[in-house]
Amino acid sequence: MNGMVLDRALALHLGVVALLFVLQFILPAYHHGIVARVLVLASFALGYNILFGYTGLLSLGHALFFGAGIYGTGLVMREFGWPASAALFSGILSAVTVSLIVGFLALRTVGVAFMIVTLMFAQAGYLTSLYFNEFTRGDEGFVLQQATRVIGPFDLSEPTTRYFAALLLFAIGLLIKLALVRSSTGRVLVSIRENEERSRMLGYNPFRYKLLALVVSGAFAGAAGAMYGLLFGYVGATFVTIQYSIFPLLWVLLGGAGTVLGPLVGTLFMFYLVDLTSGFTTASLLVVGVSLVVLILWFPKGLLGTVRQRVLPWLP
Amino acid sequence: MAAVTLLSARGLTRAFGGLRAVDQVDFDLPAGQVRAVIGPNGAGKTTFVNLLCGRLAPSEGSIHFEGKDITRQPAHARVASGIAYTFQITSIFGKLSLYDNVALAAQRRLISDKTAGRAAGGLLHRRTMAALERVELAPLAQQIAGSLSYGHQRLLEIAMGLALGPKLLILDEPTQGLADGEIENFVALVRGVADEATVLLIEHNMGVVMNLADRITVLNFGKVLAEGSPAEVRADAAVQSAYLGA
Repeated sequence: MNGMVLDRALALHLGVVALLFVLQFILPAYHHGIVARVLVLASFALGYNILFGYTGLLSLGHALFFGAGIYGTGLVMREFGWPASAALFSGILSAVTVSLIVGFLALRTVGVAFMIVTLMFAQAGYLTSLYFNEFTRGDEGFVLQQATRVIGPFDLSEPTTRYFAALLLFAIGLLIKLALVRSSTGRVLVSIRENEERSRMLGYNPFRYKLLALVVSGAFAGAAGAMYGLLFGYVGATFVTIQYSIFPLLWVLLGGAGTVLGPLVGTLFMFYLVDLTSGFTTASLLVVGVSLVVLILWFPKGLLGTVRQRVLPWLP
Repeated sequence: MAAVTLLSARGLTRAFGGLRAVDQVDFDLPAGQVRAVIGPNGAGKTTFVNLLCGRLAPSEGSIHFEGKDITRQPAHARVASGIAYTFQITSIFGKLSLYDNVALAAQRRLISDKTAGRAAGGLLHRRTMAALERVELAPLAQQIAGSLSYGHQRLLEIAMGLALGPKLLILDEPTQGLADGEIENFVALVRGVADEATVLLIEHNMGVVMNLADRITVLNFGKVLAEGSPAEVRADAAVQSAYLGA
């Protein structure tokens, strides 16, 4: 019976990837662009959920890892003329390094203190990006030349390629995450969320597992940041602002913390909510805010969290 | 006395401010024994086992397990090397299934046991179910642990301890809050465990202690007041005045 449950879950996730693949051929140009952007940002949220939804650590500093990814890619391309493929790895590596350092220091704290410490690190990162204005171009940012945004024969600025690159990133992230949360390591992460002291008394070193979750989630954020820079061609300090720490939290909460697909649902929902409401009112953020409040009141577990609770208990 | 000493403590002390909750305790536990630690409320029993399993750091003294000094070892490392602890106040993963609760313990053992190899999935399942069967909770494996009755939660705690495959199982007041019928089952369960692991039992229920223990250590005001077989302890005048209320 257990085996069947696992296969059903895997089939669902592969099905979602296949659906997104098919959508590429169907979607009108405008939505095509939005979904590509959503897929990159949903990859960011996938990683955030590993830390928040599964391990139970609420970070307010993930903009720092996203920023490390986008600047780790953009700067080496602009300053040293690295090719896009190497720059992508440089972005991921920067985020992994930064999350390791932040993790070593911030994981000494718990709860609210952890939130504040991660927030402070991210703010320090933001101010740093402004201070080194000469390289980062600060608020103004800089554009990555279209000619450099190429990996092999693929021009990443071309809409179809861009969509598929975003989908590839998302699909890899989704499958890694699915494998992780169903592994014995994933079970330990959940045990830390549920009862850290008990987990410790079963012989697990909580610090080690929390650091692992933070670094994996930092790597997801870095990969998303790096890809965002490559696909959309703009790098700037705006990606290190507090907004980019709050966004993944919101997307995950909306979609369902501790569900594998929740971040995609949440990110899509938010993007289209803003998109639709801004069509008929300038107060679109007010509508967004009210819908968030309503959702949290009636669906405190998020959209997919509620679905899992009521109809699909096997949803990972 | 021929038995190998599994765990020993020398001069073990823990002070909370001016209060010496555990005071210069020397303690030797041979492998294979069922040892009970008794004493009046506030005698330092829980503090004592918390020092042994690493949840508290001692102020003075040393602890050896299988001949190795573990005084400075963190709690999770002690568990990994074979000291399992079941909580006095039931501490399970309430939102997870019974299966996941026990699998968390069983997979810890597989991580330590490097000979188990990579293809450990089937072994993990077998060990998890075996531990649940021993406490007769196997039919409830997929149920959420938080929905169990208190007595069943205590049994789940013990299943988690068993699934760790410990060399030393520390049970902190395991029968507290259990009904008489449940206590009988519990005594039979611990007898079975004693064949494969050393058991250190903190217990208030004297019936259980007299029934199970090979030897008894009596703590009072953080010091060892007496130590001996159940019969010797029962006969000890100092113990009687301090604890048994004679």
